[in-house]
Amino acid sequence: MTARIGVVTFPGTLDDRDSLRAVRIAGAEPVPLWHRDKDLKQVDAVVLAGGFSYGDYLRAGAISRFSPVMETVIEQAKAGMPVLGICNGFQILTESHLLPGAMLRNNHLHFICREQKLRVENAETAWTADYEAGQEIQVPLKNMDGRYVADERTLDELEAEGRVAFRYLDLNPNGSLRDIAGITNAAGNVVGLMPHPEHAVEPLIGTGRTDGLGFFTSILKKLVNA
Amino acid sequence: MSLDTVKHAAETPDVEQPWKELGLKEDEYARIREILGRRPTGAELAMYSVMWSEHCSYKSSKVHLKQFGDKVPENDAMLVGIGENAGVVDVGQGYAVTFKVESHNHPSYIEPYQGAATGVGGIVRDILAMGARPVAVVDPLRFGAADHPDTKRVLPGVVAGIGGYGNCLGLPNIGGEVVFDACYQGNPLVNAGCIGVMKHEDIHLAKASGPGNKVVLYGARTGGDGIGGVSVLASETFESTGPAKRPAVQVGDPFQEKLLIECTLEIFKEKLVAGIQDLGGAGLSCATSELASAGSGGMRVELDTVPLRDSSLSPEEILMSESQERMCAVVEPQHIERFMEICEKWDVIATVIGEVTEGSQLEIFWHGEQIVDVPPRTVAHEGPVYHRPFARPSWQDALQADDAGKLARPRSGDELKDQVLRLVGSPNQASKAWITDQYDRFVQGNTVLAMPEDAGMVRIDEESNLGVAMATDGNGRYAKLDPYTGAQLALAEAYRNVAASGAKPLAISDCLNFGSPEDPDVMWQFAEATRGLADGCLQLGTPVTGGNVSLYNQTGETAIHPTPVVAVLGVIDDVNRRTPIAFANEGQLLYLLGDTREEFGGSAWSQVVHDHLGGLPPQVDLDREKLLGEILISGSRDGMIDAAHDLSDGGLVQAVAESCLKGGNGARLVVPDGLDAFTFLFSESAGRAVVSVPRSEELRFTDMCGARGLPATRIGVVDGESIEVQGEFSLGLAELRSAHEATIPALLA
Amino acid sequence: MARVVVDVMLKPEILDPQGQAVQRALPRLGFEGIGDVRQGKRFELEVEGPVDEAALARIHEMAETFLANTVIEDFTVKVEEQSK
Repeated sequence: MTARIGVVTFPGTLDDRDSLRAVRIAGAEPVPLWHRDKDLKQVDAVVLAGGFSYGDYLRAGAISRFSPVMETVIEQAKAGMPVLGICNGFQILTESHLLPGAMLRNNHLHFICREQKLRVENAETAWTADYEAGQEIQVPLKNMDGRYVADERTLDELEAEGRVAFRYLDLNPNGSLRDIAGITNAAGNVVGLMPHPEHAVEPLIGTGRTDGLGFFTSILKKLVNA
Repeated sequence: MSLDTVKHAAETPDVEQPWKELGLKEDEYARIREILGRRPTGAELAMYSVMWSEHCSYKSSKVHLKQFGDKVPENDAMLVGIGENAGVVDVGQGYAVTFKVESHNHPSYIEPYQGAATGVGGIVRDILAMGARPVAVVDPLRFGAADHPDTKRVLPGVVAGIGGYGNCLGLPNIGGEVVFDACYQGNPLVNAGCIGVMKHEDIHLAKASGPGNKVVLYGARTGGDGIGGVSVLASETFESTGPAKRPAVQVGDPFQEKLLIECTLEIFKEKLVAGIQDLGGAGLSCATSELASAGSGGMRVELDTVPLRDSSLSPEEILMSESQERMCAVVEPQHIERFMEICEKWDVIATVIGEVTEGSQLEIFWHGEQIVDVPPRTVAHEGPVYHRPFARPSWQDALQADDAGKLARPRSGDELKDQVLRLVGSPNQASKAWITDQYDRFVQGNTVLAMPEDAGMVRIDEESNLGVAMATDGNGRYAKLDPYTGAQLALAEAYRNVAASGAKPLAISDCLNFGSPEDPDVMWQFAEATRGLADGCLQLGTPVTGGNVSLYNQTGETAIHPTPVVAVLGVIDDVNRRTPIAFANEGQLLYLLGDTREEFGGSAWSQVVHDHLGGLPPQVDLDREKLLGEILISGSRDGMIDAAHDLSDGGLVQAVAESCLKGGNGARLVVPDGLDAFTFLFSESAGRAVVSVPRSEELRFTDMCGARGLPATRIGVVDGESIEVQGEFSLGLAELRSAHEATIPALLA
Repeated sequence: MARVVVDVMLKPEILDPQGQAVQRALPRLGFEGIGDVRQGKRFELEVEGPVDEAALARIHEMAETFLANTVIEDFTVKVEEQSK
């Protein structure tokens, strides 16, 4: 048996097809989900893909967060369903308060697209079990509003509980506090990050590396073995 | 003011009309009156003026562009030729590719961000209107001197606009150019290209046929954007217009465009449209007249049904509005309901504004009163044609006689090294990563190659690994020295770049950027460049599928360098065989392919070291280019070369520097017999490339070159952490990298 | 119709690079003496019906849950004009 992994398309989502492809390459069954549907079609996990949903108008992720599909995603995530938010998806997760903090305009004020080195800080979440803690990976990063901020108390709490899942290495591309590239909730089922693992799943495409595939194999193993 | 109806126009033949203010000439206005047999209404006058502008009618360039249709090479790949929104070529496996390059020069000077953004939006809609899913964009850009204050205003805005719009659409930006030259001060060239992919059976054409079919306007509401923009912005120099006439800038909404793309692709998938046209320059005037003209002719439009963003707009303004993110479709009545459902799904506003009629007139009504009654062909396709006078400029001989060969050359290894560093760190030759890192090159997950590779490449089929590549090139300095040869050099370079990536060049699109056609010098440059391009395409077997002409790129009497930009599209059966530029493998052998001559006219070296432009550009041998292309493609397909880089501006040393920096390896080079080190490093002879050959493949590769008659000279090996030219100098990669990468951020960040 | 204005500003402790970029540009343009610039958003709401306490409470709720992200932003609500 395999697992069904849903990928949500909001108006303005861009990386939905890429995420569906990554799910497929990892060996799971990709299921497209639509923002207007509350029904999650019995998926076992959900990916909120990157892009500019609603043009990033108001704030990145702020309008999508109130879509019908998110009602169910929020409810199920709280009940333990694995959810991965990539880039705009991460922004939606913070706007939904499934993850703490918020995302602001990059400190240099430019869109940035680069191959970014990361350290996997927490290899125990639903989405990172196929990595080693401390492992360095390189995946594409591309964003305008990627500067992660939270108050000091929240940041200390995240650090203390091992909930900083990924940290930028070599260069902090957007001014994120404490070089945070991604975080997890306390239960480890909800993970969000700015860089794009779904763009690094095939040897020839994009960066020419497959460092991002581990996200999708991690979740598949977890779901199949569950 | 009362409504100027057709009836009213017929009754009041002597009313003064502002034809001059709308950019029409006296004889053009007279011709409109002759066509209609009466004076035009205000709405008709608006339509004719905008459609007969240089930008829409190509009235000055048409007689020369005709050659692209006359000198068509034998090419089975061509599915749709010039005249549609964009040409279409067959790339095999049932796929067709459509591509085009357009200019958005003048708007980008006035409002860099929105000008560049709406340029991207416009070309993407052109491609979409052919029935294709847009899969990649490229942006050839030219600015004034890199250190000029206005460049610091224009460039960051243009780059942010391209990124802000393109990134939000989810189209990878895979190529283009950034060139600085004082000649573009006040006249930046912002060209934008797009590639789209479809299956053969999905090709859509812009025509309205089938009486009773509905005309649907969908996308954004219509506002006062860029009213008159086409005729005023694109047809006259800024000096002659002055701020009072400057119309509102069009503002783009990439989110709306993204929805429009997805919505339109779903509509195509269900085969719901009989004809489709995007709304760009000249807005509804253009879309309705072109659709009607290309179809059976008759169309009736109720203009007051157009959804407005600004309810105070007059009918003339609605016809002229260049509000972005709009499309116009012709839909059979039984498909209307489903068409509307899909639009609703994507939150796209759609309105039936009229229908195709039996007759041959385009009729437009405003609250029941007729304000337009014209034969649409006279608006869209039978505009004025000018045979502008042209003559070889009086200064051309003196310019060509000012030979770059006489410029002082470096006399020692140290001087050579110094000039190499100056070259690779000069704004034109420096790394453009600060710019291209503001564009998303990864989105859609099909990007195989992107800047700074020779060509951008995307996979179009995940099963078979079929891919397409595109390179854009143009060298205004070469074209200034000799427009005929310069245009062919642009073609040759783009062709070579595509071949160097491993793809087979198939067809081209061009964006012809020139000064005022009313200047016989400029018109001569244009005539020569188009002749050169047409002859070149015939010889290379790559037809021109379409393109764009931008004239009046000049300030006062001073025109820009003639700048024909050529985009070559290629196909590769298996993207796994693509060739990158990076020298990634130590120990591999470096071969220089082609002949190196003492050619420095218009070269980067002459510009950087001597600030000189004179002499003749490099010679062109298109048969040699073809042969070189075949060798590069075979070498890639059969695994004989692991890296290739075309040689163009900056010569061999520029190419080797880029390939070394990309691969993180140095190179040891030996100056071949019969060449001096300076010519070896800096000559810009065309028809050349440098390749990295695995030792195990050396014999097979040199045998192939020998058998086909292509000179291949072993010039060194990939090795170490510096570029060493034996007996001359050694230049560490770290020093090279900082020279190459620091320039642009220092100027612009 | 009445107009209610909601101003949304980044919290004082949150870095505002856009505001900083504006501030840095000011002296270059000859505008001296500006110690700090912070950039915010202004929403103009055209309210149908009376702007009474209940309406204002709804607008407060709207601002708190949607117009502003209170993790990073503060907001103020004010009634700008009330015509008959």
